[in-house]
Amino acid sequence: MKVTVWGTRGSQASPGPDTVRYGGNTSCIELQAQPDTRVVLDAGTGLRRLGGELSPNVRRFDILLTHLHMDHIQGLGFFSPLFRHDFEVHIWGPGSATADLRTRLTRYMSPPLFPVRLPELPCDLHLHDLNDAPVEVPGFTVHAALVCHPGPTVGYRLTGADGSLTYLSDHEPMLACSRFADSPEWCSGLDLAVGVDVLIHDAQYSDAEYEDRIGWGHSTLSHALAFARLAKVKHLVPFHYDPEHDDDMLDAFFDASMRGHESFTVLPAREGASFEVLEHARI
Amino acid sequence: MTHPIEIILMRELAGHLATPIFVIDSEGDLLFYNEPAEKLLGSRFDETGMMPFAVWTTAFHPTNEQGTPIPPNELPLAIALHEHRPAQGHMWILGLDGERRRLTVTAFPLQGQWGEHLGAAAIFWQEQ
Repeated sequence: MKVTVWGTRGSQASPGPDTVRYGGNTSCIELQAQPDTRVVLDAGTGLRRLGGELSPNVRRFDILLTHLHMDHIQGLGFFSPLFRHDFEVHIWGPGSATADLRTRLTRYMSPPLFPVRLPELPCDLHLHDLNDAPVEVPGFTVHAALVCHPGPTVGYRLTGADGSLTYLSDHEPMLACSRFADSPEWCSGLDLAVGVDVLIHDAQYSDAEYEDRIGWGHSTLSHALAFARLAKVKHLVPFHYDPEHDDDMLDAFFDASMRGHESFTVLPAREGASFEVLEHARI
Repeated sequence: MTHPIEIILMRELAGHLATPIFVIDSEGDLLFYNEPAEKLLGSRFDETGMMPFAVWTTAFHPTNEQGTPIPPNELPLAIALHEHRPAQGHMWILGLDGERRRLTVTAFPLQGQWGEHLGAAAIFWQEQ
């Protein structure tokens, strides 16, 4: 499984000279398990570049949306395969208690917010409402579960031939249980992450910032580390950086927070970086 | 096995409220009651822990005004759980501290975002 990071940022895109190393585009991760298909985690602004650097063999995309906040869907309207007849695109995501995925997504993909409506897209488009039943996408079995973040929001666990990856881009387990590290059964998202090879997890705030942002739906790096310990993951990829955190601040943030010995490796997400998940979780 | 997020958040909310709250899962088993509820039930949750339906529905000896025991399935929480609708009632209970108290109970079902029945919760207060 090859993993490519196209967007690392949370909340809002933050391009500029201060964010070139960690990246300024919002959430988007590409997973490659087969030569002619791709699975994409979230459709933030990083999705546009992915669409521009396609392998000519690829004809199918499965885009898994965690939720429909703008930083996770804004790239959809600028994703070139949606505008081509020769692509099959499947978009998976959560509906709400009162509206399905198509209805909710149409609020963005329609005027006045966007000039093109979903039915006008020339690709072979399929929308799928997720629930707790596992689904199959090319190369992976996908489990979704609702997690702690404002509005219907899911996390994903993808299991392929080479290993497993859990994606919890927007996740505040501390809100759901302030002693989550001591109470596994009350820990949001834990079932998705137990024993996984790679955990990509929200690390938006510093500990000091979190005190003023409780309930906003995000974690600190400390929370992500504690969650990864509890889940006994093999590799942690901190992700979904705050737009106010520039490269120097993130460097200092990781240097200060990762001095302790962990049983897993920590690889902060960087836009443009790729890694392979091999058998036995070597990356 | 992690509880559904709706149940997790219900418990966390209960933990922050001064209103006595009791939460059960889809099987009817007691998952949690908060500190204000502990005072009315006469026992700390840390001491009783989770309880099966058959235990908590009889442990507090709920009776009606005439002193007749209320069958488990006629308790407001059981109605909310099994019939998926709110239910309210008055009852006397015998707390685990030996005190009898008259309570009003309002129970409501917990339906998940994906339509599943996750359990029920009740708020209750003591009538003077």
